[in-house]
Amino acid sequence: MDSAARSAGAVRAGRRRDAAAVGLPLGALALMLAAIFTIRPAAFSYFGITLLFKLAVPLIFASLAQMLVIMLGDIDLSNGAFVGLISCVTALYLRDAPARALLIDAAAIAAYAGFGLLIHLRALPSIIVTLGMSFLWLGTAILLLPAPGGVAPDWLVGFMAWRPPLLPLPIWLALAAAGAGHFVLTRSSYGAVLRGAGAHPRAIARAGWSLPALRAATYAGAGLMATLAGVTLTGLTTSGDPNIAPGYTLLGVGAVILGGGAFTGGVVSPVGTVVGALTLSLAGALLSFLAVPPTWQPGAQGAILFLVLAGRVLIAEVTP
Amino acid sequence: MPPPEEAPGAEFLAVRAARKTYGAVHALRGVDFAVRRGEIVGLVGHNGAGKSTLMNILAGTVQRSGGGFRIGAVEVGAWSPHQAQAHGLRCVFQELSLCANLSLAENTRILHRSLRGPGWRARAGALIGRVIEEIFPGLRLDPATRVADLPIGLRQMVEIARAFAVTDAPLGCVILDEPTSALGHEATGQLLSHLRRAAARGIGCILITHRLDEILAVCDRAVVMVDGAIVAERAVSGLTRGELVGLMGSIEAAREPAAGAAAGFPGAAMIDHPGRDGGDLAVRASAGEIVGFAGLDGHGQRERLRALLAAPRAAGPGGKALRMAYVAGDRAAEGAFSLWSIADNLTLCSLRALTRCGLIAPAAERDLARVWVGRLRVKAPSIDTPILDLSGGNQQKVLFARALASDAAIILLDDPMRGVDVGTKQEVYRMIRDEARQGRCFLWYTTEIEELGNCDRLYVFREGRAVSELAGAAITPARVLEASFGGRHG
Repeated sequence: MDSAARSAGAVRAGRRRDAAAVGLPLGALALMLAAIFTIRPAAFSYFGITLLFKLAVPLIFASLAQMLVIMLGDIDLSNGAFVGLISCVTALYLRDAPARALLIDAAAIAAYAGFGLLIHLRALPSIIVTLGMSFLWLGTAILLLPAPGGVAPDWLVGFMAWRPPLLPLPIWLALAAAGAGHFVLTRSSYGAVLRGAGAHPRAIARAGWSLPALRAATYAGAGLMATLAGVTLTGLTTSGDPNIAPGYTLLGVGAVILGGGAFTGGVVSPVGTVVGALTLSLAGALLSFLAVPPTWQPGAQGAILFLVLAGRVLIAEVTP
Repeated sequence: MPPPEEAPGAEFLAVRAARKTYGAVHALRGVDFAVRRGEIVGLVGHNGAGKSTLMNILAGTVQRSGGGFRIGAVEVGAWSPHQAQAHGLRCVFQELSLCANLSLAENTRILHRSLRGPGWRARAGALIGRVIEEIFPGLRLDPATRVADLPIGLRQMVEIARAFAVTDAPLGCVILDEPTSALGHEATGQLLSHLRRAAARGIGCILITHRLDEILAVCDRAVVMVDGAIVAERAVSGLTRGELVGLMGSIEAAREPAAGAAAGFPGAAMIDHPGRDGGDLAVRASAGEIVGFAGLDGHGQRERLRALLAAPRAAGPGGKALRMAYVAGDRAAEGAFSLWSIADNLTLCSLRALTRCGLIAPAAERDLARVWVGRLRVKAPSIDTPILDLSGGNQQKVLFARALASDAAIILLDDPMRGVDVGTKQEVYRMIRDEARQGRCFLWYTTEIEELGNCDRLYVFREGRAVSELAGAAITPARVLEASFGGRHG
């Protein structure tokens, strides 16, 4: 059948596109690792890899938070400030008053969902609302903790320094995050509805789903991921700082796009996003091994983004 | 399959005196409509007759402003898409409702909530594959195909199949809005025979289509809508195509005498744009003429206007090419500059004449704006008011003024009066006739039949071609409808 052949071709083209979405940043990651291991063979060890990817863990969670928002066709400019707020809450309360810390985290996640609802109900541009939210998060964090300080609980610091069997902890966490994200968004039946809501909200509403509920749930999920980013970051730095992570906002966007996501909504890849976050966080390490001053780091991250996106365009041109 | 306790032929759903208003606009003015189990109802009418509004009310995607709603024997108040699904009512909308980024199986899941849990993907894929095979035998699509990778015709087939797929709730009725406009000849035949098979199993169907032969071939009953009301309801057996067209044109709009033609024009020829092939008429227009583009919405009128805009212009007096101005119907997308004031919006096409030494002369610009705001009676506090502060009708007047204030000899109108109140319309019609009398030439695409009474001559479009030309006294709603629907026997 003509239609069958065309359909099979379309499926193959689709698979190739998906493979390219994750394969390109994966290739970039492999190249960078190869360069690092060539310059410093000692880095190719359990300990070396732990060091290289340690700081990638919070970025992975922050990028997944950003990915959920981008999936709905929105963008979240408050991501980094929110991570800073959670870092302050964690350093201030989690050790001595864990119930209060959890309550504040839950309230913050609920506020995230509420802002998602506001964006939907008033048809506001997410870029404006989340920019406003970022000042709210930053201001609250500074009220709580005017200067960097506080202490992360020992169990959290201990967990982030834990050396699990077989693979280093950052790799295990990356695999777990990518696997869970892939299952929930790419494979599960509700993931299909969520991705549909990002691409064609009217079609989802016509099929009888509640768009406000979907958006609130997605924003709550983004808040949860950003909370995990704040908690793991505090476990690494052992203290809180309102201004610890403003860079996460745009690095997260970069990771989502690097991993095959698109601003049109509905097109995101959790696995690609995790790979993208790992790639971007490795840029700093690579530069220091190449003896380039760290001021070049944003430039290097930009170059990675450019090269991967250019590669994607090339592949799209070649694919029939 | 109808549940055993209900006899085949029992009423599935009914609305009584259903009304829908958008501000001052009455989209539905008290409609009684019912569909029985196993019955196929054909719904016909010109654009804007209220067919889509009625369908959206039945599907729960639009809330009615008043009137009763009954499903089976139960009266319902508020009605939502979710309830409609749960009662076995499905809709195939004209602009498709598939998510292009999702696969066929995933799109099936969106509509069928029971497809969840382990193995949902395989179940959804098997379901949609089975229904596609049942309706369009021989069409094999991999359920993992992403909708974005399918051409429009196949997407339409998938959406139809998705609506006919059954999971937990039994299927009661399917509403199809122009389902065949993207389908080929063979697929159309397959769909129509499937509708009959489904009707035999007790599934009702509401078929909205401009192709009257389909109504005559497959429906039990034809319902004709004009102007937000049902004007006729007939059993299809024994009904002829001519009678059906006649029913749609039964309400003749009161026509003003063709004022433009009396002025003694046409003058110099301004446009002679050849058609694409033998079936496509050349569009000709002269100074002082108002030429209408009629036909059903989206049959190539807008494309032809844009082709005219892009075509090389004839030379006017003095050897310079004639200028054209274009008044867009979609104000937000291609008409108004939303952040600019009335004056800035109005003078945009006249800047060349307002320039002194390479810079815009502010005094001249403001004078021009003031003159035209006065002439078109735009209701605004000042010419510096942001254009978005105006009502829709007044915004449209400003866009008209932009074209009329320019030195363009030819003015193209792209259905500009959609959603504008009656008073404004009458003012603008008068303005157009005055300007035509002074030698300007208008090409006017409109979807409202009454507006065509302002034209000296018109071309009726069908399936992308200008298929017939009507002039003077021959311009009647009946003749226009007949040509739009492909003739009494077409």
